[in-house]
Amino acid sequence: MNLNVWNTRKIPLSWLLLTRQPLRLFVAIAGICFAGILMFMQLGFRDGLFDTSVTVHKLFDADIVLISPRSKSSISMSGFPRRRLIQSMAHEDVIGTTPVNWTFVLWRNPKTLSTRSILALGFEPTDPLLTDKEFSSKAKSLTNPGRVLFDELSRDEFGPISKWFRQGRVVETEVAGKRVRVTGLVSLGPSFGADGNLITSRETFLKLLPNTPSGSIEIGLVRLRRDADSEKVAKSLQLSLPNDVKVLTTEEFIQFEKNYWRNSTSIGFIFTLGAAMGFVVGCVIVYQILYSDVSDHLAEYATLMAMGYQIRTLLGVVGREGILLSFMGYIPAYLSGQALYLLVRNSTKLPVVMTYQRASLVFSLILIMCMGSALVAMKRLVDADPAEIF
Amino acid sequence: MIDESSVEIDSLSHWYGKDSTRRQVLQSVSMKIEPGEVVLLTGPSGCGKTTLLTLIGTLRKIQEGHLSVFGEQLYGATRKTRQKIRKKIGMIFQGHNLLRCLTAEQNVQMGSDLLSDLSYKVRRDKAREWLRAVGLEHEMQKLPHDLSGGQKQRVAIARALAASPKLLLADEPTSALDSVTGREIVDLLKRLALEQACSVLMVTHDPRILDIADRIVKMEDGRLISSIE
Ligand SMILES: Nc1ncnc2c1ncn2[C@@H]1O[C@H](COP(=O)(O)OP(=O)(O)OP(=O)(O)O)[C@@H](O)[C@H]1O
Ligand SMILES: [Mg+2]
Repeated sequence: MNLNVWNTRKIPLSWLLLTRQPLRLFVAIAGICFAGILMFMQLGFRDGLFDTSVTVHKLFDADIVLISPRSKSSISMSGFPRRRLIQSMAHEDVIGTTPVNWTFVLWRNPKTLSTRSILALGFEPTDPLLTDKEFSSKAKSLTNPGRVLFDELSRDEFGPISKWFRQGRVVETEVAGKRVRVTGLVSLGPSFGADGNLITSRETFLKLLPNTPSGSIEIGLVRLRRDADSEKVAKSLQLSLPNDVKVLTTEEFIQFEKNYWRNSTSIGFIFTLGAAMGFVVGCVIVYQILYSDVSDHLAEYATLMAMGYQIRTLLGVVGREGILLSFMGYIPAYLSGQALYLLVRNSTKLPVVMTYQRASLVFSLILIMCMGSALVAMKRLVDADPAEIF
Repeated sequence: MIDESSVEIDSLSHWYGKDSTRRQVLQSVSMKIEPGEVVLLTGPSGCGKTTLLTLIGTLRKIQEGHLSVFGEQLYGATRKTRQKIRKKIGMIFQGHNLLRCLTAEQNVQMGSDLLSDLSYKVRRDKAREWLRAVGLEHEMQKLPHDLSGGQKQRVAIARALAASPKLLLADEPTSALDSVTGREIVDLLKRLALEQACSVLMVTHDPRILDIADRIVKMEDGRLISSIE
């Protein structure tokens, strides 16, 4: 079969039509490549930004997360009765739970004395909270009241906390108007909603925020037996618990947050629009190239028709030109995309990575771009009249 | 096939233009071309020779009359039939119409590529053979851009021959050639006609090559006026 294909091959007309005009080919490749890079960057930024909205969400040691159905996103979390978490323990696959309070409080920069909103998480220091193994030893320091763990990745506006702490200084400041001491550093990372994070005990949390209704928490972490199917358990918990809680798997919890930023803000729209513009620009360029290619060679196509080539074969030539162009444009676009992602990661801490989905999405878009343009250019080919060339 | 004419034309007429500008260029033309026969078509410029050739080459729709090629009736023939017939017809155009992006060899192979049951190598060798036959063995890798007018015309001739046609329609194939090369080409066509039973219908104004014809047909104002054996 392979040999047969080799034997039945013809003159690679599409390839020759493209490559015998190197300048035009270069323009075409540059155009497609530009469009591809634009799409890679816009979509990469978009997904990267959405990823940063869930930096904390990803770190929780949980298979299932309970939230209030009134919660819309990490910046507007509502409370639900802590009892629901205890009730969920009744499920045979549940092996542990952690009630977590989650709210924004004002943090005073100990150096400049200005205040800024910070995300505060409160939990029982003996409960597991993060998947990070070193965390539980740090959490022990929270058993004394008025102690907090500060996120060293928080933005600099909160003060030189980690620097001072590492120097061995006693770092004390005001949170929600009350005195606290930093007894450790954790690495969580800022997100869309929160410029910084702090973790404290439930006891301290309630002292800082005395208005918190007792027995009310914002999120409940549920851990399952290793072999349990979290989706199934989430479904059955949702059925057994009253509807003042929403039961999500960790993945759904992450998507819940991403969806908020995707759908309730114009961020997604702006970047998608940018990508769409790249697509349109690419279409125009490829169409121009293919259309003028067909127009320039109309007499030659007509000659081939007169020689007995089927119109289908000739349409195939144009189609293959489109496919060739898409490959020749995509490969440099992909490589540049990788390089630019690396650059962005290094300079902005934005977690922009090349995912398989995005790589194939951009390829599909480029292929659609080239084949669509080829289809329109083919219309011109039908105008070729072999009688005119004799 | 043996007792069937390659081309049979019976009272074929053709008009150009519409309504007031409508003008008749072929007036009830009738003729026959047998397999292996070499027919020369002469006549003043504008008398309709090219038109007749394009009709036989199935490049135009038949308006009135009968025209059959290899026994296939062309009046109202489908595109598929016409395309199939075209494969068996070699055409040498008044303008050479080479593909600019292909070398001489590749241009000729576009002709032999139509013989899709042959392997690539055979088709390429065929292309080279024909280029050699028209005296272009040293020009095979050149692009049309780098060839002289006469060389281009010879490439076009080789291309038409490479598809192993059963009928060759040639529109002044020697117009850009000097008398020696022209003579060689015409001899080549004559030999082809004999060896492969390929009929040749050639338009020419060149009096030096009239001797190769089995028959000379004169045309004037869209009418065939005489047929000299
Ligand atoms: N596409 C066309 N539309 C309208 N009129 C045409 C067309 N092609 C040819 N004609 C006219 O038809 C007549 C015959 O043209 P044709 O090309 O068949 O002449 P010819 O015998 O081949 O001439 P020449 O020896 O100069 O090539 C001419 O008067 C020409 O002006
Ligand atoms: Mg003519």
